[in-house]
Amino acid sequence: MFDFSIVTSWIDSMLRGVMPAWAALTIEYVLIGVVILLVYALIALSLIYMERKVCGAFQCRLGPNRVGPMGIFQAVADMIKMLIKELIYIRNSDKFLFKLAPFIMITASVMAFGCLPFGRGLHVLDFNIGIFLLLSVSAVSIVGVLLAGWASNNKFSMIGAMRSGAQMISYELSLGISMLTMVMLAGTMSFSGIVEAQADGWFLFKGHIPALIAFIVYLIAGNAETNRGPFDLPEAESELTAGFHTEYSGLQFGFFYLAEYLNLFIVAGVAATVFLGGWMPLHIPGWEGFNAVMDYIPSVVWFFGKTYLMIFVLMWFKWTFPRLRVDQILTLEWKYLLPIGLFNLMLMAIIVIFGLHF
Amino acid sequence: MESTLLIVVFFTALVLVIAGTAMAWLLSPSKRNVQKELPYECGVPTRGTSWMQFKVGYYLFAILFLMFDVEAVFLFPWAVVVQELGLLALVNVLFFMLVLVLGLAYAWKKGALQWK
Repeated sequence: MFDFSIVTSWIDSMLRGVMPAWAALTIEYVLIGVVILLVYALIALSLIYMERKVCGAFQCRLGPNRVGPMGIFQAVADMIKMLIKELIYIRNSDKFLFKLAPFIMITASVMAFGCLPFGRGLHVLDFNIGIFLLLSVSAVSIVGVLLAGWASNNKFSMIGAMRSGAQMISYELSLGISMLTMVMLAGTMSFSGIVEAQADGWFLFKGHIPALIAFIVYLIAGNAETNRGPFDLPEAESELTAGFHTEYSGLQFGFFYLAEYLNLFIVAGVAATVFLGGWMPLHIPGWEGFNAVMDYIPSVVWFFGKTYLMIFVLMWFKWTFPRLRVDQILTLEWKYLLPIGLFNLMLMAIIVIFGLHF
Repeated sequence: MESTLLIVVFFTALVLVIAGTAMAWLLSPSKRNVQKELPYECGVPTRGTSWMQFKVGYYLFAILFLMFDVEAVFLFPWAVVVQELGLLALVNVLFFMLVLVLGLAYAWKKGALQWK
C-alpha cells in the first residue's frame, strides 16, 4: 500500500538540498498550513452540497440543480454570497466577545481536523496522546458557543447558548467514555497506533459486544456534539429563530456554518478511524486474493469513503428523527447513555484483561 | 518538531479567520442605521438586558459534568496500560468507579437529574 511519508520526506530532502535548514522548515510549515486550509475548505463545500442533496432525497425533492451541472457550484455560490453580505453589529452587544466567538469555533475545528489520520503517512498532528488531544481541543468549541450567545445580548441567543452548553458538556462525557473503551482495546492513544492495531480486523468486529455498544453510544453522543439532527434544539428555528447565532450575519455567520460542518466531518472521521479501521483496507482472514485486491485501493480512498459513509448515516439521523426536548436530551444522557457507557467500560476491561477478543 | 506543528495548525486557523474577515470587510457594504442595530427579537423594542440571572438547572448539570470529566481524565492513563496491569488494577479502578456511581445514584435519588 502506498505510503505518503515517501512524498513528504522527498519534499523535505529536496528543500534542504537547495536552502538552509530553517528556510526549508519554514516553507514546509507554510505548505502544511496551505494544504490544511485547502482541504478544510473543499470538505466544507462538499458537505454543504451533500447535505442539501441528501435532504432533498429524503424529502422527495431534487435539491440544488441550477448552479452548474447537478447544482455542484451551489455551495460555492453560497460562500460568495456570504462574503459580500454586510456585517451587522448589535449596538448593545459586547463587541470584542462577539468577534472572538467565531474565531474560537474555527480554531477548535481546525485543530481537531489536524489530528485526523487521512492516509498512511498523511498525518499532521500525530502525538502519542492523539485521542486525548482531539477530545480536549474540540471541547473548546463549547466556549465559542457560550460566548456567542452571551455577547449577542439577545434573549434567544442566550437561551440557545445555555441549552447548547448543557447539551454539549453532557454528551462530552459519553463521547469520552466510549473513546476510553476503545483506547483500552487498542492499548494506545495515538491515532496511527490505533489504525495499525486494526490491521487484522476492525475494532467494531474485534471488540465483540462492548465495541458495538461503544459505537452506538459514540454515534448518538457525536451527533449531539455537533448540534445537529434530533439534538438541534440550541438552534431550534421554530422557537429560538436561530439560537446562539441569531445576531450573526455575513461571514461571521459563515464561520459558524463552516465549523458546524467540519465538526460533523471530525465526528464521522473519528468514528471511521477508531471503529472502522481508519485508512486500513477491509481484510477477511483466509481470503488471500480478496485481501490483495483490497490492498490496491489507496489508503486515502478508504479513509474518505468510510468517513463519508458515516456522514451519510448522521445526515440520515438528522432527517429521520423529530427534535427532542431539553429534558428528554438530559434524561437520555444522564439516565441511559452514561450508566450504559460506564458498564460497557468495565465489560471491555474484562474482555481485554482475559484476552477474549481475537 | 511535533509540538511546533501544533502552533503551525493554530496559526493556520488564525490566518483563516483573519483573511476571511479582511475579505468580508473589503467586499461587504456598510450601511449602518439604528433599526438594523437593534436585537432581532419580536419587532417591538426589547425590555431590559439579556445579561441576567439564569436558570439554576444548567449550573447543576455543569457541576455533575465536572465530576465525571475529571474521572475520565484519571481513567485515560489506566486505559492505555490495562493489559499490563491486569486484574488487580481493575479491582482498584472498580472501587474508584463505585464511589463515583454512588455519587451519580445520590444525585439521581435527590432528583438533580430531573429537569424542572
